[in-house]
Amino acid sequence: MKITPDIINNHGIKPHEYKKIISLIGKEPNLLELGIFSAMWNEHCSYKSSKKYLKTLPTKNKKVIQGPGENAGVVDIEDGDALVFKIESHNHPSYIEPYQGAATGVGGILRDVFTMGARPIATLNSIHFGNHNHPKTKNLLNGVVSGIGGYGNCIGIPTVGGEVKFDNSYNENILVNAMAVGLVKKNKIFYSKAKKVNQPVIYVGSKTGRDGIHGASMASAEFDENADEKKPTVQVGDPFTEKLLLEACLELMKDDSIISIQDMGAAGLTSSSVEMASKGNLGIEIDLDKVPCREEKMTPYEMMLSESQERMLLILNSGKEENAKKIFNKWGLDFSIIGKTTSSKNLVLNFNRKEVANLPLSSLSSDAPVYDRKWKKNLISKKKNLPKDFKSLKISESLKKILISPNNSEKSWVWEQYDHTVMGDTVQKPGGDSSVIRIHEKNKGVAMTVDSSSHYCLADPITGGKQVVCEAWRNLISVGSKPIAITNCLNFGSPEKDEIMGQFVETIDGISQACKYLDFPVVSGNVSFYNETQSKAISPTPTIGGVGLIKNLDYMTTINLKEIGSYILVVGKTLGHLYQSEFFREVLEIKDGPPPEINLFNEKNNGLLIQTLISKKLVNSVHDISSGGILVALSEMCISGKIGANIKVPRNNISLHEYLFGEDQSRYLIEINEENNVEVSKILEKNNIYYEIIGKTQKDSLYLNNEFNIKLNDLSELNSFWFRNYFKEN
Amino acid sequence: MKSSVIVFPGSNCDRDVAVALEKFQIKNQMVWHDESNLPKSDLVEIKNQMVWHDESNLPKSDLVVLPGGFSYGDYLRTGCIASKSRIINDVLKHANRGGLVLGICNGFQILIETGLLPGVLLRNKKLRFLSKNVFLKVINVNSKFCLNYNKKNIIKLPIAHNEGNYFANNALLKKLEDRNLIAFKYCNEKGDINNTSNPNGSSNNIAGILNNGKNILGMMPHPERLIDPLLSGEDGSIMFESLLKSH
Repeated sequence: MKITPDIINNHGIKPHEYKKIISLIGKEPNLLELGIFSAMWNEHCSYKSSKKYLKTLPTKNKKVIQGPGENAGVVDIEDGDALVFKIESHNHPSYIEPYQGAATGVGGILRDVFTMGARPIATLNSIHFGNHNHPKTKNLLNGVVSGIGGYGNCIGIPTVGGEVKFDNSYNENILVNAMAVGLVKKNKIFYSKAKKVNQPVIYVGSKTGRDGIHGASMASAEFDENADEKKPTVQVGDPFTEKLLLEACLELMKDDSIISIQDMGAAGLTSSSVEMASKGNLGIEIDLDKVPCREEKMTPYEMMLSESQERMLLILNSGKEENAKKIFNKWGLDFSIIGKTTSSKNLVLNFNRKEVANLPLSSLSSDAPVYDRKWKKNLISKKKNLPKDFKSLKISESLKKILISPNNSEKSWVWEQYDHTVMGDTVQKPGGDSSVIRIHEKNKGVAMTVDSSSHYCLADPITGGKQVVCEAWRNLISVGSKPIAITNCLNFGSPEKDEIMGQFVETIDGISQACKYLDFPVVSGNVSFYNETQSKAISPTPTIGGVGLIKNLDYMTTINLKEIGSYILVVGKTLGHLYQSEFFREVLEIKDGPPPEINLFNEKNNGLLIQTLISKKLVNSVHDISSGGILVALSEMCISGKIGANIKVPRNNISLHEYLFGEDQSRYLIEINEENNVEVSKILEKNNIYYEIIGKTQKDSLYLNNEFNIKLNDLSELNSFWFRNYFKEN
Repeated sequence: MKSSVIVFPGSNCDRDVAVALEKFQIKNQMVWHDESNLPKSDLVEIKNQMVWHDESNLPKSDLVVLPGGFSYGDYLRTGCIASKSRIINDVLKHANRGGLVLGICNGFQILIETGLLPGVLLRNKKLRFLSKNVFLKVINVNSKFCLNYNKKNIIKLPIAHNEGNYFANNALLKKLEDRNLIAFKYCNEKGDINNTSNPNGSSNNIAGILNNGKNILGMMPHPERLIDPLLSGEDGSIMFESLLKSH
């Protein structure tokens, strides 16, 4: 078959890239080889537009065992234990087919974690949808939530946390980011780097079908008006097979049979074989007749580019094949020796006793294109004069409007569809600042959170980038953990546009600054570009997944108020920043202006101070103050604790609205017992931390003199109303 | 006491229930679904030789547990394929001899498919998976599983299922009620049993039932998930304590 410009274009390869292919391999590629290039050189697999900037992120400190570049990141959590974790996007497939798209997103990220020898202990997710009135939103939300639940519930790994957000910018491009966390012994971590020649290459798991062919290429292009026609490129998940694959792999990993292992995710057999061999600086030879196929007469092209799920590629120490085969047979899975490692440094594919492809591995990996794309600085929207009349708005009505809005509603409609208690170690459920999973049979725990703030990032990517890292850090601090590291999922529009590339570059700058200052390195992640339809891009949405360690679970804290008659303190300075706040968006519909600033010095000091108070057992409950400001945070503490509060706003130069709804950063609300008040004040003052006592807890209602007295039941009814109403339940 | 937890492909609460059994010093052994015999109670013989020698005609396991999960991926129908597994023959023998059988969640679905318990489990009324803590009223406090609930008969346990909507026709419901074969009903914090305290649409708010001999219990809630104050409660522990006490 003659390779025409049309065929090249259909593979998402630009004319200048095709020229580069020819110069690298010294021949015109055949169709199979072109397909392989298309799979390896697309944005999703090659990071060609992002590589330059990802390199600037801090990725190391003494806790990091494995940074970016492996299937997932690994950090030390002491006592010989390590955590393996990563977040990944499955945006494009989820928009086309929400159930399967989201389900396979969970399946894929779980494989990344157990590939490294870890037993997954939790998943989290961040999902973004268009306006709730958009005709597709309800179906997409329903499909994505069922898909995430369908996969996680079946495989039996608790889905413990996440976020659900709505914004017009996701009308035609939803985001589904899934994070998985696994536990492994530090000395039993498995990697993907191949070693030694002539070792058997083994295919295990499900059979290969025609699903998901060119999935990664689809995810590397923007949608046009025919997006629905891309359905056949979405993979179909089978969590039952994945459960078997998980148990079989962990069983095989008990001894030293495996040299290296890699899951077949994006770009399937192509990327797994190329990555393993090129990391080991070896060659690899595959006999495609041996690949277990689900359908008849599959061509080499289809086999190499299929994204069928629940498959793994292993390189075993030769001689270990029989024992390994027994294990996979016990679990009812395919096991096939499909090739061997070689010294050629080439990828060689044979089919029907003929060589059908032969490519230097370097041309697919290290020599793949890297771009230094043009980018433009973002104009940060300026503060305008505040509308004068907002101060006359009733505080209670404004609070109600915020609590009843889709973005600020309580999300149990979503997380009750996820089994979040299986495995018996979920000590802090969804709904708090972070979720906490106990390390099995130990009294220590891991805190985990996912966060994003696209409104802030759109208004100012540098500040937004910093903010989202700080938000994750704060959420981890609030449950009593010591933050360790993050994984990031960077969701953006097309990098081929200067202003989008600018958003990306500046967001990374912000993330990097915050991570460096807080010693909170990035150990894994993924970039999802081309989240745009007919040239309309999503708001820049970096999603940060953070993990922290609670050495002793006796010191875990939660957001729910505990006692009547205790003090409520705001730790950190309230300046009353209302631009980009929920109050402006939901009540006044003002969407411009800059986001609140981040002062990393205060962020760190305030956070460490909260850690000190927790370590001295001086606080009853902690909640970070984020979207919605003090009053929304306090309402959440009241609702979850079923305890009210009587508050007074301290005298200062700002209005009541600015004080109660301002979204100044680096602040926490804490509840302390009366008898600890003196000691807490002393510690705060000694450390020069700004704080204010704003009231005391009381029975049954949230009360502010001259303003409102809202019954707790009404508060909680309001907060849980939106989802029930949207899906017409009760 | 010696228990066996049956592990099917796709079981995912097997470890959780083993942890719970071991916590209450019930000697547990995992059994792969493809085995044809339940294990011999050699450990118990070593440990309690005299007792076992006297009771040589008793079943090899005192308690068989069918754990929660998605056996065979829930394909065809929940619990259906598992109910045809090889080990089930021996479970049936054990059950028919009066041995204790506990089916939790998917285990309950399997028990129904084997015919050891009557009725059917339909999809939840709202047609979505439901994972939350619910209140239960312990209706029958005389079975070996629930003896200790006589001190506390309104309890909290988590549910996590998509097909937990227990359905029985009127004749069967009458029989279950009349013979006191209903183990648990969904209720609210105060113990009221009504529509609003029914999470999944089950007939008469039924959350768990016993067979005629009261040696088989099938239930949708997960007692093994609430055995620790850190996990927001210990109401599940009471079941394992009852089993030990009854032994």
